[in-house]
Amino acid sequence: MLHELTAHALHEKLKAREITAQELTEAVYERIAEVEPHVKGYLTLTKDSALEQASHADTGFQNGDEMPPLAGIPIAIKDVICTKGVRTTCGSKILENFVPPYNATVMTKLHEQGVVMVGKTNMDEFAMGSSTENSAYQITHNPWDLDTIPGGSSGGSAAVVSADTAVCSLGSDTGGSIRQPAALCGVVGMKPTYGRVSRYGLVAFASSLDQIGPFTKDVTDCALVLNAICGSDTMDATSVDVPVPDFTQSLINDVEGLKIGVPKEYFTQALDTEIADSVHAAIAVLEGLGATVEQVSLPHTEYAIATYYIIAPAEASANLARYDGVRYGYRNENPEDLISMYKKTRSEGFGEEVKRRIMLGTFALSAGYQDAYYKKAQKVRTLIKSDFDAAFEKVDVIATPTSPTPAFKIGERIADPLQMYLSDVMTTPASHAGLPGISVPCGLVKSGLPVGLQLLGAPFAEENVLRVAYTFEQNTEHHQQKPKIQTNGVG
Amino acid sequence: MGTTITVDGVRHVANLARLEFNDEETAHFTEQLARILDYIGKLNELETDDVPPTSHIHPHQIFILGSEDGARHVAKPDAVKPSYPREEVLTNAPEAEEGYFGVPRVVDRSH
Repeated sequence: MLHELTAHALHEKLKAREITAQELTEAVYERIAEVEPHVKGYLTLTKDSALEQASHADTGFQNGDEMPPLAGIPIAIKDVICTKGVRTTCGSKILENFVPPYNATVMTKLHEQGVVMVGKTNMDEFAMGSSTENSAYQITHNPWDLDTIPGGSSGGSAAVVSADTAVCSLGSDTGGSIRQPAALCGVVGMKPTYGRVSRYGLVAFASSLDQIGPFTKDVTDCALVLNAICGSDTMDATSVDVPVPDFTQSLINDVEGLKIGVPKEYFTQALDTEIADSVHAAIAVLEGLGATVEQVSLPHTEYAIATYYIIAPAEASANLARYDGVRYGYRNENPEDLISMYKKTRSEGFGEEVKRRIMLGTFALSAGYQDAYYKKAQKVRTLIKSDFDAAFEKVDVIATPTSPTPAFKIGERIADPLQMYLSDVMTTPASHAGLPGISVPCGLVKSGLPVGLQLLGAPFAEENVLRVAYTFEQNTEHHQQKPKIQTNGVG
Repeated sequence: MGTTITVDGVRHVANLARLEFNDEETAHFTEQLARILDYIGKLNELETDDVPPTSHIHPHQIFILGSEDGARHVAKPDAVKPSYPREEVLTNAPEAEEGYFGVPRVVDRSH
């Protein structure tokens, strides 16, 4: 089935002219017609423009042009990335009718490759959440069990790759929003080093943490998407001007001589035992293939969530000040005056979690509290980063679980924000340090839900991460497992 | 830290954030924020007097003026470049008039 294949397998078929990009695109939309009513991963589908883009790619293949690896490949985009002429809601009512007049830099780069954009994916409102239940529009269901969440905040982008309703997708990761849903949906998801990918056109949540990255069906596709989207950009002063390697050169099936660190602080009592077993087994596979495994310590791990829930809301409270009903988005129609217009617009347009974080962030930055909260968190961020710096003096890659539990039931944690925040306990530390991190499938728990292995590298050491991930994948079969989506009325 | 947040505190912060809540929502947020801040109080276990703050993980690249990290600027040439067309930008505005964004009246003409 075409929709099940990876981008690199499809590229070979397109190049050999066994298939056309239009046939491939039609196959993906047929798959969407079949399973999307159950998964609900998309907020907007763009079939007409997708078929045009496919036709354009086909012309290139027919002419025998040298076509880029993602030409004609159906890709889904998280609805937090600006797409010119295509509604971009951020999962929020406040941006219900927002149509960006420009493309994010990643979109410009993908269109240069000749991709086919299938649609925009569901997400927690403004990327704030770990389950995609905070979307103002719909609940996305995990393809492996429709009664469970797909993770978040990029839950739509993870679910559509898992459900084969896109070949690959883009998400954004602030505290784990690519890696955690990738783990919970059994796909590959990577957050590159902070600064690797331009944030221009990525609607801002927490600017010192946000980074765009891919969801794919295997590590090879991950390298191909990274090749397409990485690089410095004059439109984003925080994108870093360092050379971008050809990441496909890191797809080396060999870990001989590489050192893998296992941080003891990640294997606590809070970790689901089946997940611990799965991750330990994965690390043993890598050791069996010649990697050196040693224990490392990241002593400030337990402070990462508390630090995150000051820094991210503080930055968000500033970033989300722009939604005031003046330049774009929702506006209350009956204000008494300008200030009342701001207040009513924002109170009606934002959902509860977004308001909670704006409140938390505004409090942490308010007079009398800034040093005690925001500055304190920035100092602890230094300690967390220093832990990683010390660990990467000794090892090349750090291996951990991606999520402490498999996908949880829809509704299970929504009433308890703090419990939801703790879903990110394994991913936020690396976010503070800006590190590259990947989640790759490493097995299933007894209930049939996927488990993710998280591999972290030093800043700009994506190549080490990809090499270990690729070697693991080539020597195991976890990534070939597919969900059987219950299309008979369940969920 | 260690201070908790009160109902009045929530009202004050809501005003700063340009949000408004009814009494029930205010009580709800007070309880939830107090619980989250209590958890965040965990950071007080750490002695950080001599630890510098991290605002950005690539200090050599930072663009913020007067940064404490001793950062260099990533400056662009100060050249005039075309912006997005006004008509296109205004299509997203809830209210636009004669090429401007419209807002509720802020100046009383009777004065």
